[in-house]
Amino acid sequence: MNTKLNIHELVPIDVNDYKDVWVLAEQRAGVIMPNVLELLNEGRKLADDLEVDLVAVIAGGSVKSQSETLIHHGADKVIVIESPLLEEYTTDAYTKVLYDAILKYKPEIILIGATAIGRDLGPRLASRLNTGLTADCTKLEIDKEKRQIRQTRPAFGGNLMATIITPDNRPQMSTVRPGVFLKALEKPERTGEVIMEKPELKASDIRTTVKQVVKHTKKIVDLPSAQIIVSGGRGLGNAEGFKLIEEFAEVAGGVVGASRAAVDSGWISQDHQVGQTGTSVRPTIYFACGISGAIQHLAGMQESDCIVAINKNADAPIMRIADYAVVGDLYKLIPMFIEEFKKDPDNKNN
Amino acid sequence: MKIIVCVKQVPDTSEVRIDPKTNTLIREGVPSIINPDDMNAIEAALAMKDANPGSEVTLVCMGPPQADVALREGLAMGCDKAILITDRVFGGSDTWATSNIIASALVEMEYDVIFCGRQAIDGDTAQVGPQIAECLDLPQVSYVADIKQNGDTLTVQRNLEDGYQIIEVKMPCLLTCIKELNEPRYPSMGGIMDAYQQEVEHWTNEKLQIDASLIGLKSSPTKVNRTFTPPAKEPGILVPDADVEEIAKVYKDLKSKHYL
Repeated sequence: MNTKLNIHELVPIDVNDYKDVWVLAEQRAGVIMPNVLELLNEGRKLADDLEVDLVAVIAGGSVKSQSETLIHHGADKVIVIESPLLEEYTTDAYTKVLYDAILKYKPEIILIGATAIGRDLGPRLASRLNTGLTADCTKLEIDKEKRQIRQTRPAFGGNLMATIITPDNRPQMSTVRPGVFLKALEKPERTGEVIMEKPELKASDIRTTVKQVVKHTKKIVDLPSAQIIVSGGRGLGNAEGFKLIEEFAEVAGGVVGASRAAVDSGWISQDHQVGQTGTSVRPTIYFACGISGAIQHLAGMQESDCIVAINKNADAPIMRIADYAVVGDLYKLIPMFIEEFKKDPDNKNN
Repeated sequence: MKIIVCVKQVPDTSEVRIDPKTNTLIREGVPSIINPDDMNAIEAALAMKDANPGSEVTLVCMGPPQADVALREGLAMGCDKAILITDRVFGGSDTWATSNIIASALVEMEYDVIFCGRQAIDGDTAQVGPQIAECLDLPQVSYVADIKQNGDTLTVQRNLEDGYQIIEVKMPCLLTCIKELNEPRYPSMGGIMDAYQQEVEHWTNEKLQIDASLIGLKSSPTKVNRTFTPPAKEPGILVPDADVEEIAKVYKDLKSKHYL
């Protein structure tokens, strides 16, 4: 073993020493992120299949107040790790306190949101634990006999799906993209246990200093929770085309999305990007306007309940997965859709 | 300064197509490129070298011998040295094993800062950067969108979904770079000529001597159980030569099915 490396000694483990399903409940400014409810919904199913507890783990400056919400959405227990040093997210502090808690409680599965923070923390934690981490899972199933989680994820830009297992190491860790799973419903009658953990953490453990946290003042493009999405792609021809998409989205009460091609062309900002390298979405209805359907785009939106594709090319890949493949010039067809929305007396957005 | 950039050679996934008849990947003719986020990492390294004359930028890549091409592209952009970590025993490594291997090479080198791309477009995991930092016991900042240097301290902007953090970190450290950080430079003609004169060092496990328990398919904690192409969907309703009436029909249909 290369003793110069910071790798813990590899010791064989008994998988039976590990139990319970954990959800890392990410919070910002003391409030849990919306995707935590999706993790709880999925985690609840996994815990029920394994007949173990679902435990939500929350770390922060002062976050105990979030326990009730976590329990109402499916957690049997909440482990609360509070310290003034956890007020802002830092890789070093969060990795340390969660690592210590994992060694103490030995969960068999840990679900983490594939957010900018989850994707910073997850790999670091998995490496320190010498275990596997499967990124951006879109499907999770339990093999009860082997007590394994079967994690399915897109690879190769969404061209290929791979099912990954972590047979001999524990915990088995997965990150899940926001918007992939449905949110847990609130059950106010649910009760659970709250465990307060006192972390061993010193200021000198933290090698980065958060000088400032800036929230975007502009409206957040909330693609993950949008019920209606109107997306534009290269077929728009220019940046001006997004004005029509915006008008369409407004009258439909939807959020504007975009393909990578449109974003790369500089027609619209990256926060609108739908797809494997953008945001994954599953709205009730997805309008794909002038999007040919590169596989990496499809990977991020094919779970939509209904897909309406508007494209001049009937053979475009998007047309094969569309529920309605509308062929023609989008600059003629979109105004017709807008007109339908406008004259609909039931439309709340008029 | 000693600056290291970790890069990966990847298939250009935007060029990959599915054979509609067999529903399988068409791999032929898919070009290999330097992973896009890694191009931003190279640019960050070169910008730092420009600001600190006398610095040296070393490219490090793990992959098969043909990944030489990616390294030469990096040399042509202005990097000084290139090392390819290549050995059959490294094949099939997951992110845990891959970072063990790359870190084993880096630990033999001098560095003030290590740049990585946020994630590679073939795997999209964003795991190897942070895991190298862990193996080297370095502080990390991921999703870096801006860097300012003041002596041995870096002030960086770390992007989040709803805003950003401004973070101070002392070197040595590891940063993972995103597209917003910079615009990668083009190689100069002279740079391209020079790149083909330069040697790309190949480091095998004979040199690195990494224990078998840390590398390769067998030691990787995660195993690929099965791969498949996403199942094709049932064909939907085709509306050719759509006109006002057809659109009205589609709208009515969407309403009756409660999609609207």
